[in-house]
Amino acid sequence: MSRLPSSGLVDRTRPLNFSFDGKNYRGFAGDTLASALLANQVRLVGRSFKYHRPRGILTAGPEEPNALVELRSGARREPNTRATVAELYDGLDATSQNRWPSLALDALSLNGLVAPFLGAGFYYKTFMWPASFWEKLYEPVIRRAAGLGRAAEGEDPDHYEKANAFCDVLVIGAGPAGLMAALAAGRAGARVILADEDFLAGGRLNSDVARIGDEPGPAFAARTVAELASLPNVRIMTRTSVFGVYDGEYGAVERVSDHLATPAPFQPRQLLWKITAKRAILCAGATERPIVFGGNDRPGVMLAGAARSYANRYGVAVGKSVAFFANNDSAWTSAFDLKAAGVNVTTLIDIRREVAPVLAARAKALGIDARTDTQVTGTTGQPIGGGLTGLAIRTAGHGGRIAADTLAMSGGWSPSVHLTCHHGGKPVWRDDIAAFVPGGIPPGMTVAGAARGTYGLGDILAEGARQGGEAAGDLGFAASLPALPPTEETPAGITAFWHVQGSKGPAFVDQQNDVTAKDLGIAFKEGFRAVELMKRYTTLGMATDQGRTSNVNGLAIMAELTGASIMETGTTIFRPPYTPVSLGVLGGHHRGKDFRPTRLTPTHAWAAERGAVFIETGPWLRAQYFPKAGEADWLTTVNREVKAVRASVGLIDVSTFGKIDLQGPDVGAFLDRVYINTFSTLAVGKARYGVMLREDGIVMDDGTTARLGPEHYVMTTTTANAAKVYQHLEFCLQVLWPELDVTLASVSEQWAQIAIAGPRSREVLARVVDAGVDVSNEGLPFMGAVERTVMGGVKARLFRLSFSGELGYEIAVPARQGEALARALMAAGEEFGITPYGIEALGVMRIEKGHVSGNELSGQTSAGDLGFGKMASTKKDYIGRVLAARPGIADPERPCLIGFKPVDPSQRLRAGAHFLKLGAPADMAHDEGYMTSVAHSPHLGHWIGLGLLKNGPQRIGERVRAYDPVRGNDFEVEVCSPGFIDPNGERLRG
Amino acid sequence: MRIPCPYCGARDASEFAYLGDATLTRPDPAAPDAADAFHDYVYLRDNPAGAHSEWWYHSGGCRRWLKVTRDTTSHAIAGAELAGGAK
Repeated sequence: MSRLPSSGLVDRTRPLNFSFDGKNYRGFAGDTLASALLANQVRLVGRSFKYHRPRGILTAGPEEPNALVELRSGARREPNTRATVAELYDGLDATSQNRWPSLALDALSLNGLVAPFLGAGFYYKTFMWPASFWEKLYEPVIRRAAGLGRAAEGEDPDHYEKANAFCDVLVIGAGPAGLMAALAAGRAGARVILADEDFLAGGRLNSDVARIGDEPGPAFAARTVAELASLPNVRIMTRTSVFGVYDGEYGAVERVSDHLATPAPFQPRQLLWKITAKRAILCAGATERPIVFGGNDRPGVMLAGAARSYANRYGVAVGKSVAFFANNDSAWTSAFDLKAAGVNVTTLIDIRREVAPVLAARAKALGIDARTDTQVTGTTGQPIGGGLTGLAIRTAGHGGRIAADTLAMSGGWSPSVHLTCHHGGKPVWRDDIAAFVPGGIPPGMTVAGAARGTYGLGDILAEGARQGGEAAGDLGFAASLPALPPTEETPAGITAFWHVQGSKGPAFVDQQNDVTAKDLGIAFKEGFRAVELMKRYTTLGMATDQGRTSNVNGLAIMAELTGASIMETGTTIFRPPYTPVSLGVLGGHHRGKDFRPTRLTPTHAWAAERGAVFIETGPWLRAQYFPKAGEADWLTTVNREVKAVRASVGLIDVSTFGKIDLQGPDVGAFLDRVYINTFSTLAVGKARYGVMLREDGIVMDDGTTARLGPEHYVMTTTTANAAKVYQHLEFCLQVLWPELDVTLASVSEQWAQIAIAGPRSREVLARVVDAGVDVSNEGLPFMGAVERTVMGGVKARLFRLSFSGELGYEIAVPARQGEALARALMAAGEEFGITPYGIEALGVMRIEKGHVSGNELSGQTSAGDLGFGKMASTKKDYIGRVLAARPGIADPERPCLIGFKPVDPSQRLRAGAHFLKLGAPADMAHDEGYMTSVAHSPHLGHWIGLGLLKNGPQRIGERVRAYDPVRGNDFEVEVCSPGFIDPNGERLRG
Repeated sequence: MRIPCPYCGARDASEFAYLGDATLTRPDPAAPDAADAFHDYVYLRDNPAGAHSEWWYHSGGCRRWLKVTRDTTSHAIAGAELAGGAK
């Protein structure tokens, strides 16, 4: 374990300092944290999930189950980061996980002693009883003991972005197949994106030193990448993981700044890409499998291909005396590579009786002790840290021992089929290569190279080039295939082999979740034999590595136990994401206040200036109330605002209402079909309140609609339903009645609208309208709606409407004039003490007046329930008419809108309280409805409410029980008219 | 998923709002069996595996209702046309 003298692609002129568990080390640019740790002879890097067993580095890639660390510190701390893909940077700071008090001496390794209780299905067995043990023992103790890293506690200080990309051909993976595919498609002129999760393109070309033409693999890769980079139609995206295949789109994460201590100014940490590609070529390569035998999880036991990567790519010797254990030829080539790089390879152990003579001869020539028909049956290790010291072996029934500090193992290679399964494709087993290859492949995708089970380098290059050319050709580009240089080929024989029978010590199948071969035996015995059941019962493959190194071994062992073939046993389903994706990048900018856009009213700045307290209503930020110095609480403020309106005049911004402009000869007929009442008869210059239903007979929305001209109406909707109503109207026009000549436009954004209310409101209005505009009771009567000018030539719409029950007007001006209008109205009303009020006071006044709002338009109420039954026209059809007449909705027993006041005026009413007859038991059978809205009425001096009560209008004067077990209230209220003030509307019309 | 809007071209599905079955016709409200017909119109839906004609509204674009033919088993979109008689 140390840096080899010369080999590798790391930049030895650029040393980098880093720390692990507080100790300082040095690596080079081009290292991963794992390669740098190995170069510094650090082999113990973590403790396992359940048993706290000492673990080292198993792999050299994204499949790593063991070497998970906490990277960075403070708010940037990121747990479960794979050291094998964490790119080294100067000042990198990493900490081992899941150990206490220290990595070498871990008190919780005692978990290993209770392993029999933590085996397969332990959650289901152990946590059953007694119930009190859950909170006292299991949750605090076991949960703490079994776990991985700690999440950062502070808010993430970094930014994440989202972006879209479009291409003709997306090539996933920049190994030999991917490079050739991109080259063929790119030279043909197709727009190509070549994405690879590694920071260095080339894939296995950088780890194997096979020659291509007259140059070594890494040089071939670098030259090809340089040509691709020179093509303007090719985009190379390294540090980019394509994690999911969707419908014609691919999800990818680019780790823009993960290789830096902190992102550069204005740079995101990561970027979420949505890549729309006409074709995709999956060149994801293959993942090597471990062999399952006792003690196969010791630090020092790793994959053969990983040992080869560390030697060839990183220039690191993984041990001082290295043995190999394999069932296939690739491990022999790996051993030869290590030897050639200067690593002391002592022994090659192969379960096969015979291997290709060329391999045996080469081993002999290199002085490697090759032992065929031999298995590793156990391992020995150091007392502290557990690092490998020796192997127990068995040759044709005879035992033996070998000293080694490193064992490089290989059970064969599994094509990375994951992305082919995202549309439900099922991989197919191939006996000849002992591996699953892609089955059903998503539309638009092809698979090339090792991901398809093609393992010879020449074949891989040819397959990539051919598919790249074909993809471009399919899309109309004239492709000529790149020349394919001769390649150095190595044998690729394999004999399927999964685990060593009768080996000593726990034999791990899934190292990240601590699942052993014995656990699979338990699952088999207890009947959890189907792969999906086995997976969940044992948790095999359910860790963050998603079973990259364990799935195939696990199901092969289950197949052996059941006597079924591997194909019959099948695989579990691979779903997106292919690799862990941070929640931060999925959220992007959409967090905190930026979770969604905030809409401000035209008078927001003016309201903020006056000290308004704002509240979110849907996407809007609206003034809730305008506190004055010395007011004790919000209720004091709201009472003042209400009294001021009723006594003199107040104003409120109502621009948030939806406003829809309707024009055309058929608008009147159209409105008659969408409202329950009639609008075709509305006179020009007048407005009318309307109610619209859904087709199922339930109220959808309400609002006033004014007729500005013979063929011109303007509708208002509630704030919440503005978009929904607009969409509904477009549906009615485009789909239901395309014969009607009506054009709609949403003008919600275009008009600011301010309501003034109170007995002095006419005098205020008179001071802002231009000379000659008549706002008298005759000139602008109740429900009048006219187009005039205000503030010296500003076009305006004047509506005489009232939500508060007072004399009131709404004045609409172009949105940019909204703030000026508010200031003009304040100046005009100064003499009358004009009072700005917020939506709390608006709510109080509408409840005092008995008007319905969102709480009553709940999506469960009919027009009849809300007292609008008589508004419904019987002379025409309209949306919802037919089904509103069905028995369930027309039932006279349905709870109907009515008012309530407490019998004891000191009682505070609460919305949500349910009504019961006096003396009736409090259960659902006796439920008679519920309180929908409450307010403190300063006018009456006590709380009032609106609610839905069975036969409500017939029960005025009756006392009922308002039962509110959630807040512990239960008292009598009196049913009363919902018009608490001015029931005859004299103030409105005055 | 991308929907080929006749006005706007192929656009991302996130620009659209989904409504559902586009084969339904609003019944004649004056027919003697209107109550039953409206019940079926509002509540009864087929759930085909395969080609499905359905309404999508291009809320983030041209605000046109489109009749889209989508394969419910693959999300493959065979085509999209404007709602009948759209101007």
